[in-house]
Amino acid sequence: MSLERRAAMATLVADRGDLLIVPGLGSTAWDLAAAGDDPRNFYLWGAMGGAAMVGLGLALAQASRRVAVITGDGEMLMGLGSLATIGTKRPGNLAIIVFDNGVYGETGMQPSHTQHGVDLVGVAKACGFADCADVREEAGLAALAAKLKTFTAPLFARVAIAADEPPRVLPERDGVALKNRFRAALGLKS
Amino acid sequence: MNAIPEWPDRLYATLKRAGVGQVGYVPDAGHSRLIERVRADAEIHDIALTTEEEGVALAAGAWLGGNRAALLMQSSGLGNCVNMFSLARSCRFPLLMFITMRGEWEEFNPWQVPMGGIVEPVLKLCEAEVYRAAKPDEVVSLAERAAQRAFGDEAIAAVLLSQQLIGKKVWTK
Repeated sequence: MSLERRAAMATLVADRGDLLIVPGLGSTAWDLAAAGDDPRNFYLWGAMGGAAMVGLGLALAQASRRVAVITGDGEMLMGLGSLATIGTKRPGNLAIIVFDNGVYGETGMQPSHTQHGVDLVGVAKACGFADCADVREEAGLAALAAKLKTFTAPLFARVAIAADEPPRVLPERDGVALKNRFRAALGLKS
Repeated sequence: MNAIPEWPDRLYATLKRAGVGQVGYVPDAGHSRLIERVRADAEIHDIALTTEEEGVALAAGAWLGGNRAALLMQSSGLGNCVNMFSLARSCRFPLLMFITMRGEWEEFNPWQVPMGGIVEPVLKLCEAEVYRAAKPDEVVSLAERAAQRAFGDEAIAAVLLSQQLIGKKVWTK
């Protein structure tokens, strides 16, 4: 059982409130752009393996807001150590959500480690994430969307998505512009 | 037996004056005193990293949220950062790094030489401004300049703390 990625993203962010979102490079960035642009989205166009750590720096700096990193299995695998690093700080306002389709979609659907049984939820648990979910159907996704508004301990969720490739929806790609509008949305000088 | 150097305490005070609120580091002997000071400071988030490139992404996130970050590493760690620097370069994120040097003065371990020897050109290729402190009394003024460059100009700045400053690693006890 797996979910359609665009619909899954739309469900997660439909009622986002104050949520700050860092999507990993590639498909999750396109999914978030397709769900609707917002200055509080910091789209990564590169820095593979860095999404979770961008989220950590942001969560520590903005302790009163919730931060969600929404990235793909390949991107998460490249920064697996960052789950251990987050496990040492355990910020209560940081959620890491991995859209797992078991393939590297941007590069030709080559199988990722998760297709061979590597268990990202197990890794997150072992790294000290208090709340870990393996989301495979609509009810679990709705519960995750609700939890994104209330969680108070580090949250990790794997969302099983189908290995499809919907048409790309490309967000702004000027990194300086993305940074400045994000900071402006938080009332910071840009 | 060397006296315990005091430049790390002055460097810590410099980071405080610069308003640094997050310090990422991979544990390193040359930075041990500074790491100790940072860990004891309740106003600074100290973040032990599994690899240095995590710190480059951390610093970007910190700046997005209005915090200033510094990154401490050894010269060997610089090589781990090179692709992640594209985040700082593409978005002009401030990135302030303090790099303890290995592979130069009285190095016993030849495996430290290949990376230590290319730290400066690699940083320059990555558009970083590079400063080198060889004497204790140079550390503060270079750190101040680097912090100004990083946070004032939203740029990459690195202070190299030379092996003469750190002292040689003792291999037999």
